[in-house]
Amino acid sequence: MAQIRIRNVRKDFGAFNAVKSSTFTIEDGEFFMLLGPSGCGKTTTLRMMAGLELPTSGEIFIDGEEVGQKPASQRDIAFVFQMFALYPHMNVGRNIAYPLHSQGMPRAEVRRRVDEVARILGISDILDRPVGGLSGGDRQRVALGRAIVRDPKAFLMDEPLGALDAEFREHMSLELRALHDRMGATTVYVTHDQLEAMQMGDKIVVMNHGVVEQFGVPQDIYDWPATRFVAQFIGSPPMNFLGFHGMLGKGTTSVTLDGAQFEVPALQEGAHGDLIFGVRPEHVHLDDAAPYRGRVIATEYLGTTQIVTLDTPLGPVKTRVASHRAIRAGDTTGLRFDARTITLFSAETGRALQSHGNAGGLRHG
Amino acid sequence: MAEVKLEQVGKSFGATRALDSVTMTVPDGSFVVLLGPTGAGKTTTLRLIAGLDLPDAGRISIAAQDVAGLSPAQRDVAMVFQQYSLYPHLSVRQNLEFPLKSPILRTPPAEIARKVGEVAEILQITHKLDNKATALSGGEMQRVSIGRALVRNPAVYLMDEPLSSLDAKLRADLRVELKSIQANSGATLLYVTHDQIEAMTMATHVGVLDQGRLVQFGTPRDLYENPVSVYAASRLGQPRINILPAALFGGAPDRAAQIGLRPEQIRQGEGENSLVERVERLGDQTRLHLNLRDHPIVTVTNAHTDLRPGDIVKIRPQNPFYFDATGARIP
Repeated sequence: MAQIRIRNVRKDFGAFNAVKSSTFTIEDGEFFMLLGPSGCGKTTTLRMMAGLELPTSGEIFIDGEEVGQKPASQRDIAFVFQMFALYPHMNVGRNIAYPLHSQGMPRAEVRRRVDEVARILGISDILDRPVGGLSGGDRQRVALGRAIVRDPKAFLMDEPLGALDAEFREHMSLELRALHDRMGATTVYVTHDQLEAMQMGDKIVVMNHGVVEQFGVPQDIYDWPATRFVAQFIGSPPMNFLGFHGMLGKGTTSVTLDGAQFEVPALQEGAHGDLIFGVRPEHVHLDDAAPYRGRVIATEYLGTTQIVTLDTPLGPVKTRVASHRAIRAGDTTGLRFDARTITLFSAETGRALQSHGNAGGLRHG
Repeated sequence: MAEVKLEQVGKSFGATRALDSVTMTVPDGSFVVLLGPTGAGKTTTLRLIAGLDLPDAGRISIAAQDVAGLSPAQRDVAMVFQQYSLYPHLSVRQNLEFPLKSPILRTPPAEIARKVGEVAEILQITHKLDNKATALSGGEMQRVSIGRALVRNPAVYLMDEPLSSLDAKLRADLRVELKSIQANSGATLLYVTHDQIEAMTMATHVGVLDQGRLVQFGTPRDLYENPVSVYAASRLGQPRINILPAALFGGAPDRAAQIGLRPEQIRQGEGENSLVERVERLGDQTRLHLNLRDHPIVTVTNAHTDLRPGDIVKIRPQNPFYFDATGARIP
C-alpha cells in the first residue's frame, strides 16, 4: 500500500490546459476523493496517477518513487473504470483470476487468492457462473475483484458508481467504503457528486477549471470553503451569498448589509470593494424580531426538514428549518445569521478572506 | 389543463406484467410524481396516457374524455423523454419554435418569439438560441427538449426523468423552476422519477409504484409521515428508514414483525447500547452508522459531534412505525 504525492503537475492537450499546477498528497490507506464538475481536470489527474496520461510537467511520487513518466504497467496500481469491462466468454472466477494467470502465478496460488477475494466481496457462490447473466451489482463486484486480486499499491476509480440508479448506488457506496475499511488500501476516487465525496472520503480535493481549489477533510471544506466555487459546489442547497460593497480593516468583527449589522469572525486581512457575505442554509435562522427582512418565495418539503427560500434586499437566501414549522409563501420575516460560521469572499477573486474562523483550515492548491 | 383518470389500467409486454390494474386520478392543475425503482411501471404509465402504447385493460380519460382510439397528437399532451430527441439540422430557436409552428395552432410570429424567449430564459439557454442543436452539451440538449414541451399549452405535460442527465446545480435550479411554472400556469403535470428529492420538493401528490401496482397515492407529507408499507416507507427519506425486527426493542404490538425507524424516530442518549461503526460528516449533519446486536442502523446527529467509531450510543425508538409479516403497516 502506498502514499501518492502530486507535485506541481500540469497537463496540456495541445493548446488546451487540462490541469494547472496541482499539488497534494494522498496518505497511505486513505480513501481520497477527486471532486469537481465535468471538465475540471479530475479524471485527467487520476489518469496521470495511473500512467494512462503522462504529465506535461511536474512530478508524481508513489511510495517515494518518482513515476511521472513511467507507463502504467510499471506503477502497480489498479484502475476501476465507470463502465466495468468483463471478459464475456469467461466465468466469474476466470475473470477474477485473469490478471494473476497473465503474471504466470502458479495455479494453486491463483485459486487461493481468487477464493479469498470472492469471500471479501461476498461472491463465492457465483464463481462458476458466466458473467453474461449477472446483475449490475455482481458485475461491479467482479470488476472490483479483478482489481483487488492483484494486491496493488493503490486503487484508482473513475466514477465507478456513476451509471447506477440512486438506490443501488447508495448500497454500493456503503459496500465500497466498508471494503476499504477492511482492506485499508489507498484509494483515489473521482466523482462529480459532492454528497458521495463527503460521504465516502477521508479527504477531498475540489477541482475547477484545472485548478485545485481546496484540499482537506470533508467537514473543514464544508465549514470553511477556501473559495466561492467550493462554497457553492459543496452543500445542498449551497452556501448563500449576499453581495455588498465595503472597506474592511484587519481585525474587523462586523459588517453592514443593507443597514443591518452582522457579526463575523475577526478578519486577519483587510479587504475593500465588492465583497460577498457567505452563510450556510442551516445557519440562517428565521426570527421575526431581526432587522434584516425577507419575504418567503418558496418552501420545499424534505421530510424531517424543509428548505425555505426568501427574497431579501441583497438577494435570495435559502434556509433549512424543521418541517413542522408552518411557513407559507408570501410571509415576511427577519433573518438572523450564526456569526461564528460566516465566511467573507472577495467578489473579484472569489477567494475567502482569512479570518479567525478559517485560519489554518484553508489550503489552496 | 385537465384531469387525467386511470381506471383499472393493465398492460403486459409478453409474459411481463408492466402495469396491474392501476386506478389513479391526476387532479386538474396538480403536479403528480410517480416514484419507484426501475421496472415499477412508471414510464409505461406515461406512455399509455400519451398514446404511445395501448393498454390491455382498463380506461384512460383526459378531461373527462375517454382517449381510447385517439392518436397521441389528438390527446393534446406534451411529453418530455429521458433521452432528448431534437431535430439535429435545426438551431435551438427553431427546435423550440417547432411545436408552435404547427399548422393547427397558427400562433402569430410575435407570440412565438415571446414564448421562445421566455422559455429559453427559464431554462438558462438564451445564449445558445442560435446554436445548432448538435453543438450543445447533453445537459443543454435536455433543456431544449424540456423547452419544446413548455412552449406549448397542452392539456397535460408528461415528463419522464427529464432532469436525470443534468448536473446537481442545474437540477436544483430547474426543480424550483418547473414547480413554479406548473403552479403559476395551473398546468396538470405527471412526472416520473426515481429521485426522491424531486418527488418531495415538486409534487402536490406522489404515486408509489411497486411492480406495476399503485401502492400509495398522497401528498409527500402523507407518504413520509404515514406510509402504508415497508416498501412505501423506504421510498422517501435520507438516510433511508431503518427496517429492523420488531423484537429488537420492547413494546411492539403483537402482530408486529418489523419496526421502522427514521432518524427522527430514534432517540439518542437513552435505551439500548449501540456501537458506532462509522461517522459520516456531510457538512450540515453527521450520519452515524450504528450496530445494535448485529443489526445495522443509520441515524443522524449534529454536524460537529465528538462521537467516533468504537463509541457507545444509547438509542430507543420514539413513535416508530410497525409492520406485519407481509410488510403492511400496523396502524
